[in-house]
Amino acid sequence: MSPVTIRLEPRIATPRWLSAAATVGAVAVALVISGAIIAFVGGDPVRSYLHILNASFGSIGVLSDTLVKATPLILTGLACALAFRMRLWNIGAEGQFLLGAWGASAVVLTGVVPAGAPAIIVLPLMMAAGMLAGAVWGVIPGILRARLGVNEIITTLMLNYVALFWIQFWVFGPWSESGFQQTKAFPREAWMPRLTDLSDVVPAFGGLTVHLGLVLGLVAAGIVWLILERSQWGYEIRLIGDSPRAARYAGIDIARNLIVVFAVSGALAGLAGMSEVSGSVHRLQDRISPGYGFTAIIIAYLAKFHPGRVVVAAILFGALILAGREIQPSGVPAMIQGIILFALIVSDTLVRYRVRVERRAPAAPATPEPAVPA
Amino acid sequence: MDLTLVLAAGIAAGTVLVFAAVGEIFAERAGVLNLGVEGMMLMGAVAGFSTSAATANPWLGVAVAMVAGGLLALLHAVVTIHLRADQVVSGLALTFLGTGLARVLGEGLTNRQVTTLPHLTIPLLAEIPLAGPILFRDQSILTYVGFILVPLAWFWIERTRPGLHLRAIGEYPAAADAQGIGVYRLRYVYVVFGGLLAGLAGAAITLAISPGWFGDQTVNGRGWIAVGLVIFARWNPIRVAIGAYLFGAIFRFIIDVQGVHSIFGIENPFLPGRSATFFLEMLPYLFVVVVVILGRRASARQRIGAPAALGTPYVRGERGV
Repeated sequence: MSPVTIRLEPRIATPRWLSAAATVGAVAVALVISGAIIAFVGGDPVRSYLHILNASFGSIGVLSDTLVKATPLILTGLACALAFRMRLWNIGAEGQFLLGAWGASAVVLTGVVPAGAPAIIVLPLMMAAGMLAGAVWGVIPGILRARLGVNEIITTLMLNYVALFWIQFWVFGPWSESGFQQTKAFPREAWMPRLTDLSDVVPAFGGLTVHLGLVLGLVAAGIVWLILERSQWGYEIRLIGDSPRAARYAGIDIARNLIVVFAVSGALAGLAGMSEVSGSVHRLQDRISPGYGFTAIIIAYLAKFHPGRVVVAAILFGALILAGREIQPSGVPAMIQGIILFALIVSDTLVRYRVRVERRAPAAPATPEPAVPA
Repeated sequence: MDLTLVLAAGIAAGTVLVFAAVGEIFAERAGVLNLGVEGMMLMGAVAGFSTSAATANPWLGVAVAMVAGGLLALLHAVVTIHLRADQVVSGLALTFLGTGLARVLGEGLTNRQVTTLPHLTIPLLAEIPLAGPILFRDQSILTYVGFILVPLAWFWIERTRPGLHLRAIGEYPAAADAQGIGVYRLRYVYVVFGGLLAGLAGAAITLAISPGWFGDQTVNGRGWIAVGLVIFARWNPIRVAIGAYLFGAIFRFIIDVQGVHSIFGIENPFLPGRSATFFLEMLPYLFVVVVVILGRRASARQRIGAPAALGTPYVRGERGV
C-alpha cells in the first residue's frame, strides 16, 4: 500500500472561472507537450509556433485566409456540438461535409438549373441540395440508432469512408475534367460573393477571399444557440443529453429527437461542404477536406458544445490548419489536435473533481470513502 | 485468378483484424471501451516499421510496436479508470493522438525498404486438401500466431478463473470488488493488453501482410472495422475471428479483382471503367454497417448484450450497475 492516497471528490459547485481557466490551461499544456515532441523529432517548436501565428494572424490578408479555413470548421463544429449536446456521437461530419459538397456540385454540374441562371437562384439551390445531401447522410445512422439500437459511432465513421469513395467516383469518373481528379470550375453564378468582389467599391477589400459562407456560419451559430438555449426543443435535447432516464419519464420522444438532431447535424455539415465548394474551391475535387469533419469534433469539445465558443475555437483551428500546411513534419497539426483533446479531457476531470492527496495514517483501518489507489 | 491464393491472402489480411479485435474484446470485457484502436494500430505500424528499417530486426520491430500500442492504451486507462473521463471521448482522442503522432514519426519513411517477418509452410498440415494450402502454406509467422491466439483467448475468457474475474469486472465490478478482485488493477492489465495486441496488429500490416508505410492510409479504417467486428461477434473471440477472416478475404478480393482481366473466364465486370472500382472499395465499410446491424439484432434476440459495466468508470463505494 502506498503511503498517500489520491482521492477525487466531486465538486458541489464549480466556479465559472475554473472551467475557463482549465480550458485555456489545457490548450497551453498541450502546446508545450507538442513543442517537446516537435523538438524531439528535430524541429524547432518556437519557430513553428511563431510561424503559425504569423502565417495566420500576421496581416489582414492571412487573417482573411484563416477565416476562409474557419468557415467550414464553424459549420461542422456546430454540427458536432448540437449532436454531442444530446450525447449523440456523430463522428460523421466529414462524410456529411463531403455529401454536402457533392450535392451542391450536382446542382451546377448536372444542369438542374439552366445555364446562365442568376446567382440568386443558383446559390440557394446549391445550399438546399448540400444541406439535403448532408442530412440524408446523417439520417441513416440516426434511424439505425433510433430503430435498431445500432452504435452510431461505427456507422457514422464507416459512412465517412463510403462518402470518400463516392466523391472519388464522381471526380475520377463522370465529372472528371479531362482525366484530372477534379470537376471543371463552376461558373461565376455558383460562386458565393467574396469581399474581394467588392473591391471596386472598397479598394481595401482587394484580394480578401472571405466569402458569404462565414456569414452563413455566424447565422447558423446564432440559430443553434437559440435552439439549444432558448427553445423547448433545445431543452429536450439538453435533458436527453444530461439524463436520458429523466427525459423518458418526462415523456420526451427520444427516438424522434435522435433522428431529427442527426438530420439537422448532417444538414449543417452539408452546408459546410456547399460553402467550401461554392465559396472557396469553386469546383469539386478529391481531398476537398483536410479533415474538417474530424477537427470539428475537437472544436465542439473545446467549446463545451456552446455555439458562440465554437466560432472562436473554429478560428483558432482554422489558423492551425492554414499555417500548419507549411510546417514540417506534416503531421504536426493533427498531432497537436490530438494532444489538445487529451489535455481537455484531463482538465475536465480537474474541473469536475477536487483532487485530494492525503497522507495515510500508518495503522489506519481501510477508509470507507471512495478511494482510488495511487 | 487462383482462388486458393486469394483466400490464403485473405486469411493473412484477416490476421490484422484478428489481433486488433481480440485485443478490443479483452478491454471491453473488462468494462473499458477503447475506441482508440485505429490510433494504436497506426502507432504500432509506424513503430514496428521504423524499428525494423533501422535495425533490420523485424522481431525487435514487433516488440517496439506492441510497446507503442500498450503505452497509448495505458494513457487511455489512466484517463478513463482513474480520472473517470468519458471513455468515448478519450478513445476518440487516442485515435487523433495516435494518428498525428504516427504521421509525425513516420515522416520520410515512405519508400523505405524493410526487413519483414519470415514466411513458413507447416509441413504436414499444408498437405490437407483445400484447407491446407489456404491456411498453412507460405503464410507469415504472424498468421499462425493469430491461429493460436484465438482459441487461447476464448479459453482464457470463458474457461479459466482469471477469465471469470475478467468477466466479473466487466459485468458487475462492485460485486467483483467485494470478492476481493482488484477491479482497477485488472482493468489496467486488460486495457494495456488490448493495446499490445493493437500494436501487434499495426506491425502485422507494415512488417508482414502489406509491408510499407503509407502515412495514415496504412491502417485505413481497419481499427474501426475491428471495433465493429467486436459488436458483430458479441464479444466472443471465435466469432470475431470468423468475421475478421471474412473481412480479410473481402479486402483481398477487392484488391485482386482490380488487376485481372477475367475472372473464371468471364470478362472482369469491375475493370473496364476505372471509376467503377470505387464502389468496390466502399464495400468493406458498407459491410461493417450491415454486420453491426446483424450483431445488434442477434444480441437483442439472445439477450446477450455488451458487458453490463461497459463504458462506466468504477468508483468504489458508489452505487454501481
